[in-house]
Amino acid sequence: MSKKSVFGSLVSLLVLTSMLLSSCATPATTAVPVAPTAEASAVPATSAPTATTAPSTTAAGPSCGTEPVVLNAYFETGFDLPFKLSDEFTKQYPNVTWNISQDQFANLINGAPRLLSGDNPPDLLRLPTMVSFAKDGLLKNLDGYATAFGWDKWPPAELMQNRVNATGQRGDGSLYAAGLNYSMTGIFYNKKLAAQIGMTEAPKTLAEFEALLAKAKAAKLLPIMQWGSAKSGMGLAFPLQNLMASVGPTGPINDWIFQKPGATIDTPSNLIATQHLEQWIKSGYFPPDINAIEYTDANARFGKGEGVFIFNGDWQNAGYDKDLPGNVGFFLMPPATAGGKHGAMSAPLTYGISAKAKNADCAAFFLNWVATNDKARQIDVTIGGSNPGGAADATMPSVAAGSVTNETLTAGQIIGQDNGAMDFIANATSSIFAQGWTPELQKMVGGKQDAAGLLKAVQAEYMRELGQ
Amino acid sequence: MPAPSKSTLISDNGPASSRRTFLSWKVRRETIIGWLFVMPALTMYAVFVLLPLVLTIQYSFFRWNGVGPATWVGLKNYLTVFQVPDLIGTISNAFWLVIWFSLIPVGLGLVVASLIHRVATGRFGEIARTVLFLPQVIPLVAAGIIWGWLLSLPGLINQILTVMGLGAITRAWLGDFDWALPAVGLVGIWVLLGFCTVLMLTGIGKIDPALYESARLDGAGWFREFIGITVPLLKYEIGVCLTVTVIAALAAFDIVYVSTAGGPGNATAVPGIQIYILAFTQRAVGLASALAVMLMILVVVAILPIQWLSRESTR
Repeated sequence: MSKKSVFGSLVSLLVLTSMLLSSCATPATTAVPVAPTAEASAVPATSAPTATTAPSTTAAGPSCGTEPVVLNAYFETGFDLPFKLSDEFTKQYPNVTWNISQDQFANLINGAPRLLSGDNPPDLLRLPTMVSFAKDGLLKNLDGYATAFGWDKWPPAELMQNRVNATGQRGDGSLYAAGLNYSMTGIFYNKKLAAQIGMTEAPKTLAEFEALLAKAKAAKLLPIMQWGSAKSGMGLAFPLQNLMASVGPTGPINDWIFQKPGATIDTPSNLIATQHLEQWIKSGYFPPDINAIEYTDANARFGKGEGVFIFNGDWQNAGYDKDLPGNVGFFLMPPATAGGKHGAMSAPLTYGISAKAKNADCAAFFLNWVATNDKARQIDVTIGGSNPGGAADATMPSVAAGSVTNETLTAGQIIGQDNGAMDFIANATSSIFAQGWTPELQKMVGGKQDAAGLLKAVQAEYMRELGQ
Repeated sequence: MPAPSKSTLISDNGPASSRRTFLSWKVRRETIIGWLFVMPALTMYAVFVLLPLVLTIQYSFFRWNGVGPATWVGLKNYLTVFQVPDLIGTISNAFWLVIWFSLIPVGLGLVVASLIHRVATGRFGEIARTVLFLPQVIPLVAAGIIWGWLLSLPGLINQILTVMGLGAITRAWLGDFDWALPAVGLVGIWVLLGFCTVLMLTGIGKIDPALYESARLDGAGWFREFIGITVPLLKYEIGVCLTVTVIAALAAFDIVYVSTAGGPGNATAVPGIQIYILAFTQRAVGLASALAVMLMILVVVAILPIQWLSRESTR
């Protein structure tokens, strides 16, 4: 009886399957392509501010008006900055209140397409990635706002990463997002331990830095604390990209991240950079259990004095200041040759506006306010720890003496002068980090992958994902 | 939708006596009422199990990012699964997990249940049962974090090993290429052993005590009892345990996701993790669906022999 019934049910399932398959031609009713239309890029200032009493930081352009507005926002869990900014905004513009949802970054990546294409799309959304959303017409084209608010007069590098062109490449084309601030990455160091190994000033060349690493190892200190568990993503991507920018130009790296045609990560200079990293791994400069260390564990262990250096970004400033008060310094990855240009990953904390947002003008007004209002810029630096961006001549907020934020902000200026800002190699495609960098770098730690093989494997995964 | 609105189970081809008509009408009415009672559950099953299943099969023939337009690609997604080593490799990892999630918990469950049954009746037996079953009650995410601490380089397990003079073999168990899969397996044993033990204990409880008594009168020890009585009479329970745990191994997601997320390298990557990354991070819904369909076929193929064996033996 049992055999017959199992087979019977399998057969009937197959019949049912084929019936339903033939009755539907495309996967879902929602799968209709929504191409970005000309309307989306039209100047959105149709509802010009009518009330002259409305407080405004700009002379004209879109605003939140005076009627009650509820901004529907989606923020990232664990980061206070947008919440603090929204509170301050409501203080200054009491007619605007917030309906804020929040989620972890990984869940945002998974949930954003459904949020944006759903019935109640957010006015303001923390964007994990943007190319596919822009291509699918889910994001509002911000070109009109950029003209209306004068964002087009800001340093072009600030907006570059938020542009997507008609063929779906980032780096140029229309603007689809704005940054709440602009993060800076580099090398943090424990001042006390650095003094122990005789470091009196930041190294000026890669060779000097590598000499310090060797000294730390000889002094039985852990040279570099870093995380590497697949659960938080492989932290060796940080030193690797810094090495790439140190021994080679940043342009081709950005081209690869922006998916320019023909771009490859497997270049001669990147191979040299990866060989440096492989050497660092073999020399025991990283913790032996790095493949099992999560992001929060690595920072906690660095905060407890384990590790002379750690590669990270200024979003961690407040945490380091708290764990090691007055004892944390920061410097940019030194270039390979003295006097060479600096490079660093520096990415905007991107927020976008849904194509179907009900309060798009007000959301854009908020984004402009964040970059131009003095109070907002102060919150940006104090809470977020990062450069608030905006116009080149905008005043830089003050920072508490002794905070490592002073050093990261200074570093930002150097990167600006050297035009060395890069996006993260982990952001080239939505899963190149999970499917490419993380497993391949973990294999390198385990001695199962070499420098040349790593770059080839990641490039192959990149091509596969672009072909999907 | 397979709406079973009319009953075809009863055929009335006998002589048309009034009593029979009445009876058949009564039976038919009861059948209809029966179907009505089943309808809510059947509808839920159709909407939340059958429909997604059919849609998954359908998606697997398309290239689709979940939002934009979909393109028909035929069997290309299935070919890709076979061509990309990282994807096909997850399936071999899943079979390794069968040892840890299925064979060991079922074998150990049998032994533990039989021991509890023989030596630990009363209070101690209850405590042992509760302790073994506890992992089923603890939220797996919390358990994953705690196991992460225990198995980390400075963790308790390495501390104990060091105290025992085994400092040389300490390592970050979940970050080691050779040991990550067994370490995940250990978490799996911890989760699944209690389930198997309790199920086996229930089965042993149904075995006629006279059998054990006569065996003991004949001078049989625990092992003879175990091989001669317990194992043969528990074939059905063993079948159920194997079915559930083999599915847990082949379709593993939660235990692996909370302990290693597939790392290091792809040492613990299983189809469940890859399907999740492909569908929701990479947004390659078609490819993810193809892998999911293959996983489903694999599970069915692995489960059917177990089902047949355990059913036949109970007759």
